[in-house]
Amino acid sequence: MSTVAQIDEVKSNPWGGGRSPFSVEYGKLMMWFFLLSDVFTFSALLIFYGAMRFKNLSWPEPDYVFQSAPGIHGNAPLVFVGIMTFILIFSSVTMVLAVEAGHRKSKAEVIKWMVLTIIGGFTFLSCQAWEWSHLIHEGMNLHHNPFLNANGTPGAVQFGQLFFVITGFHGFHVFTGVIINIIILVNVIAGTYERRGHYNMVEKVGLYWHFVDLVWVFVFTFFYLV
Amino acid sequence: MATQAISNPAAVHHDHAHDHGHEHHHETFLNKYVFSQDHKMIAKQFLITGIIMAVIGMVFSILFRIQLAWPDKEFPFLEVILGKWGAGGRLDPNFYLSLVTIHGTIMVFFVLTAGLSGTFSNLLIPYQIGARDMASPFMNMLSYWFFFAASVVMCSSFFIQTGPASGGWTIYPPLSALPKAMPGSGLGMTLWLASMALFIASSLMGGINYISTVLNMRTKGMSMTKMPLTIWAFFFTAILGVLAFPVLFSAVILLIFDRSFGTSFYLSDIFIGGEALPNTGGSPILFQHLFWFLGHPEVYIIIMPALGITSEIIATNSRKPIFGYRAMIISLLGITFLSFIVWGHHMFVTGMNPFLGSVFMFTTLIIAVPSAVKTFNYLATLWRGNIRFTPAMMFAVGLVSFFITGGVTGLFLGNASLDINLHDTYFVVAHFHIVMGCAAIFGMLAGVYHWYPKLFGKMMNDKLGYLHFWMTFISAYLVFFPMHFMGLDGVPRRYYEFTEFEQFKQWLPLNQFITIAAIIGALGQLLFLYNFFVNIFRGKKAPQNPWNSNTLEWTTPVEHIHGNWPGEIPTVYRWSYDYSKPGAVQDFIPQNVPFSETISSNTPEDFGYHGDETQFVHEFYQAKHLTVSDEQKAEKAN
Ligand code: HEM
Ligand SMILES: [Cu+2]
Repeated sequence: MSTVAQIDEVKSNPWGGGRSPFSVEYGKLMMWFFLLSDVFTFSALLIFYGAMRFKNLSWPEPDYVFQSAPGIHGNAPLVFVGIMTFILIFSSVTMVLAVEAGHRKSKAEVIKWMVLTIIGGFTFLSCQAWEWSHLIHEGMNLHHNPFLNANGTPGAVQFGQLFFVITGFHGFHVFTGVIINIIILVNVIAGTYERRGHYNMVEKVGLYWHFVDLVWVFVFTFFYLV
Repeated sequence: MATQAISNPAAVHHDHAHDHGHEHHHETFLNKYVFSQDHKMIAKQFLITGIIMAVIGMVFSILFRIQLAWPDKEFPFLEVILGKWGAGGRLDPNFYLSLVTIHGTIMVFFVLTAGLSGTFSNLLIPYQIGARDMASPFMNMLSYWFFFAASVVMCSSFFIQTGPASGGWTIYPPLSALPKAMPGSGLGMTLWLASMALFIASSLMGGINYISTVLNMRTKGMSMTKMPLTIWAFFFTAILGVLAFPVLFSAVILLIFDRSFGTSFYLSDIFIGGEALPNTGGSPILFQHLFWFLGHPEVYIIIMPALGITSEIIATNSRKPIFGYRAMIISLLGITFLSFIVWGHHMFVTGMNPFLGSVFMFTTLIIAVPSAVKTFNYLATLWRGNIRFTPAMMFAVGLVSFFITGGVTGLFLGNASLDINLHDTYFVVAHFHIVMGCAAIFGMLAGVYHWYPKLFGKMMNDKLGYLHFWMTFISAYLVFFPMHFMGLDGVPRRYYEFTEFEQFKQWLPLNQFITIAAIIGALGQLLFLYNFFVNIFRGKKAPQNPWNSNTLEWTTPVEHIHGNWPGEIPTVYRWSYDYSKPGAVQDFIPQNVPFSETISSNTPEDFGYHGDETQFVHEFYQAKHLTVSDEQKAEKAN
């Protein structure tokens, strides 16, 4: 009998079947693959941006376009977007803390950090709304770009168009992230995950949230820095 | 068969968690047939929707073939069925373009992507890897319903005033970006884009499900290298889809802004009716880059599942192990990787820098290598096999034939210097119809014939199957082969009436010949439809393992049950290609038969021993002492 067991023994290595090779439940795996595909969505948009920028001989100067903040008119290049970026990254930190609290199954703390994350998300969206309306007020829209190129030629319209489309698409991601975070928060408060015995859902939305923040770093780099 | 694992109580664990949720499950009509979350039912839904879409696409093709063959004749029935688009019995030129566009879209996306992957990935992934269902049955259901909605939206564009999209399945701007460009660029194009957005969502949900299922849900013992090649093919296909479709999505977003919000991403310096549009600085070529970054992987999304299905069917029906199992996996991997870096071969004539063109030419020609590896492995598997010509096998062999023919013309087109002449001619039409319209469709039909007993628990009629095969095979070659010569003569594709040009008048008789062949081929499909739909109800009851196959799906009961296996999920001990293993009692050994039960056929390699065979001793190994006559026999067989 023992020899039978040996020859028919099924090796129990991670890839041998009968278990998840990464010890990750399927939901998280699916989130990873979704994010991977979203990477391609954003990459396509940002590469398009790059192509447009090189196609146009010159391009508006970000330091000049983005130099205002609420109460400050001009001469404060990138201050406001720096604050926005800081807020978003900070909300990623609170999300990490929420996930960590979930591991300890501490409901009260999960709630606290989730609430802070949601506030961070809303603040970011509000900042974006202010910036959009400010730029629209200055005359930038989908048909027109008032900001001259660096070499003094009339501003490339694609600058404004891509700005609105890409930051809008990213903002839409943030917005859905906030909504999902709220749903999860409601579930946390209702005790759904406490009964389930784990806070995996918080981890999954956490992945999404970090991803959205990471994308912002690239959007930020493309539009504001280079 | 005594297949339960003796040695692994752990396998039991694995299933329990799963069974749990299903215990108090009330089956109503709605959740059994409509909003089903069962992978087998979803597979049937995909298949039947795919077949309906295929019939629609086929009818369209006959309509525009009639126009090409008899451009001056009036066909009163056209007016009857098409109304104003067939006024006076003549096909409206704009409607001709719509038919071509929607025919291509339906066939490429709805039939050969969703219909093929949706059906067979859903059916076979859980079955063949030994899982109760998909990783997320709910997302799986959503995936089908998004696909269904996409189909409805696409078809609905035939019922609007201005007609469906008509800029070609590749929807290049500016035709697609300017609603005023042509009738089909208006609402029809909008519906096309809406439909594709739904389609992309469906394909994404399906894809991440397939990937997660393959990675996470394999039964005990089903290591990646014991998986049937079908699963490998579906796995890579899903990866391609998950990474390529989002790029189309981005392209579509930008296109929508150009269409509806006046941006100029793809538009520059355009005049309509002598009037200049305000758009400047955009580039239509960038759309082509984004489109073909999806578009080329897309053609492999279409062919790879068909190749996977063929591997399985050819091995089963040759009663031989597949030749070069690992080479097959590596070539699938190679194709997956390379297909992301060849898209430029669709754009050689866009004014691309010739150096860049030569890079794309290089990668394109390399992709022929893994394709050829697969072909040779099929041939080697067939070689001296104990071949059973079931209808499925006929179609699988047909695939190999078409894949060779189409692959060779792919090499012509991959050469930039040849493609500059051949681009946008009928040569390209011939190429891609032979690889997709024939090879991939044959793979899909082979799969239907082969797994019909598993899908519906009934058998199809073989005689009708053979007749269907020969009609399809012959007419497909008669239709598409001559198109190469038209292409070499420079006949352009997508023309309503190219025989009006003096230099192409001579092709009119050939056009008529092709159309007649196409009509005969289409009639052949009626045999299939009859065979398919009637036998769902009236077919002979299928045995559990009608083809004496090794894979796990044939260990499930004929009647579908929730969770697939009534008891424990079988454990897997061996790969799925133990056909005609020397010394075995039967000419097949299913994957779930342990080695302790097959002492007479075990080889030293099965024990991980690769040295001198005569030195090997093991309780469960019988050295094969060949008698002289056996040896002679073996000699002859080799
Ligand atoms: C040996 C591998 C192959 C090579 C080297 C190859 C090469 C090419 C090239 C260079 C073109 C561009 C022709 C032109 O527009 O001027 C082309 C077009 C096309 N190929 Fe292939 N091909 C291969 C296999 C396949 C397969 C397996 C499929 C589908 C299952 C496929 C589907 C298509 C389609 C749909 C088009 C035309 C798209 C259009 O313009 O509408 N090809 N192929
Ligand atoms: Cu291609």
